[in-house]
Amino acid sequence: MLKYLLSRLLTFLPTFLGVTLISFAFIRVLPGDPIVVMAGERGVSEERYAELVEKFGFDKPIIQQYGDYLWGVMQGDLGTSFVTKKPVWDEFFALFPATLELSVCAMIFAVALGLPAGVIAAVNRGKFFDRALMSTALIGYSMPIFWWALLLIIVFSGNLGWTPVSGRVSLMYYFDDATGFMLIDSLLSGQKGAFGSVVQHLILPTIVLGTIPLAVIARQTRSAMLEVLSEDYIRTARAKGLTPARINGVHALRNALIPVITVIGLSVGTLLAGAILTETIFSWPGIGKWMVDSIFRRDYPVVQGGLLLIAVMVMIVNLTVDVLYGFINPKIRKR
Amino acid sequence: MTTAADPSPAADTMDRPGGLREFWHYFRENRGAVIGLWVFAAFVLVALLADVIAPHDPTQQFRDALLQPPVWQEGGSWTYVLGTDVVGRDMLSRLLHGARYSFYVGIIVVAIAATGGILVGLVAGFAPRWLDSLIMRLMDIILAFPSLLLALVLVAILGPSLTNAMIAIAIVLQPHYVRLTRASVISERTKDYVTAAKVTNAGYFRLMFITVLPNCLSPIIVQAALSFSTAILDAAALGFLGMGAQPPTPEWGTMLAEAREFILRAWWVVTFPGLAILVTVLAINLMGDGLRDALDPKLKRS
Repeated sequence: MLKYLLSRLLTFLPTFLGVTLISFAFIRVLPGDPIVVMAGERGVSEERYAELVEKFGFDKPIIQQYGDYLWGVMQGDLGTSFVTKKPVWDEFFALFPATLELSVCAMIFAVALGLPAGVIAAVNRGKFFDRALMSTALIGYSMPIFWWALLLIIVFSGNLGWTPVSGRVSLMYYFDDATGFMLIDSLLSGQKGAFGSVVQHLILPTIVLGTIPLAVIARQTRSAMLEVLSEDYIRTARAKGLTPARINGVHALRNALIPVITVIGLSVGTLLAGAILTETIFSWPGIGKWMVDSIFRRDYPVVQGGLLLIAVMVMIVNLTVDVLYGFINPKIRKR
Repeated sequence: MTTAADPSPAADTMDRPGGLREFWHYFRENRGAVIGLWVFAAFVLVALLADVIAPHDPTQQFRDALLQPPVWQEGGSWTYVLGTDVVGRDMLSRLLHGARYSFYVGIIVVAIAATGGILVGLVAGFAPRWLDSLIMRLMDIILAFPSLLLALVLVAILGPSLTNAMIAIAIVLQPHYVRLTRASVISERTKDYVTAAKVTNAGYFRLMFITVLPNCLSPIIVQAALSFSTAILDAAALGFLGMGAQPPTPEWGTMLAEAREFILRAWWVVTFPGLAILVTVLAINLMGDGLRDALDPKLKRS
């Protein structure tokens, strides 16, 4: 096990270095002089230019620049935003809870609906239920979620007036960021209606962000269940006269869950990509919107730092999934 | 993952006389796949004939018919069957022309990503261990970034345009082909027919492209179908974010971005472009599922 862990960590390191190299290269491969590009249309005075060259270390040899950058990254120094003048690291972790809250809700939504849907479809293989569920799943899987978001806004916010269109909580309420997670903070604040307002704001983004994972989980659960249901031990369980609910729900599902859990773990990247679109549409103050806004504002240190942090986060989650998987399934370790 | 397990028998059937017919036999069993194929054929036809069948010029602005609703709604007219957008351009014509851009995107992105990915994957599969590791680590690095984010940043570097969006998406999709090709190559490389070819003194070039590659094709074909739809979706997403095709190009994602302000006033400017994306992507995915079932011997027999 230790050997497996070490070998996984060993492949993590070069990938991590590569990712830092890409984010390092980002500012330097921008066409034209990066400082002029970043300054935008207003231009930049000569003193300021010299100052910026010095600040970014563009006058040093490229290897040393990378070394300095890597050293900074190790200490959590990702540069400062041009727009807010705050450290990128601080900005990222101030906004991250919003994205995390939304992603966790979306994942709960996807698992809570996708898992039963997959099981029901597998048990009723080839019947109406199966076909209806799987067609729906394929539609969800093919959905352009930015359009899906607009449709939901038209129906639920426009026509029915049930849900707000943007933000995390109604402006009527104000409470401190104790945890950064609005669901918890609103409860802690003890204000009447605050929690309800937060939930209302969460519903549509959660559905939008959870749609594709939902479809993927339903499809994956179905195929994993089908594979398991044809195993001998399931036939034994049937022969013993166990109830179908016990066979499907306990015997089969438990083994079918392993690939499903992997899929859930690996969809973190999908979630973050989806968060870019979802947050932009719902003006959700999280990482995705922050990245898109920064790209438009030419706030390149933010884009550079955000890119690195997001990639590292995805890598850590994937590594954890890998290691857990090896832990559950000894066959993987031996390879 | 089952697709990568053992592709050789399927590829075999493709080469045998009548293999195509056998493929069609299995493909036809999947009703969804056949429907997908027809819809996709219609999509291609529309893309090719957009100039002929579109009733109006997609960029012409009819100033006396701004935000006119579709024909079946009050205030609609047969001149603009699906209504007009905020500057009076005919929705139907724009949608038909939009098919052309999406088709473009799909074809070009898949061509670049597949060619590059197959070449690199073949090299990785045959290369000495250090080069193989180097290539695969490089692919891991690309895969560490969420695809849309990386595409977005690449477009930020290259400048927003449809061409650059296509390049970015191709770069992001390419590692999947590398992994698939390499996995197939490695499982094929130790088989007897490859050893036989080596014994007859076949060079690496011949081994790669003539001996091994044809037997690795079926998972790659399935991947090509699936990434065709991913490419269309991602290009539309980039267009929607203002980083893909630029207005007034009638690209579906860009159209959605332009229509966003009017979603509560004019449902048709939002509904139709998105529906077009959904139907196209769905058709391709249905087809891809059918292709996989028909090409994968393991699932086929079950």
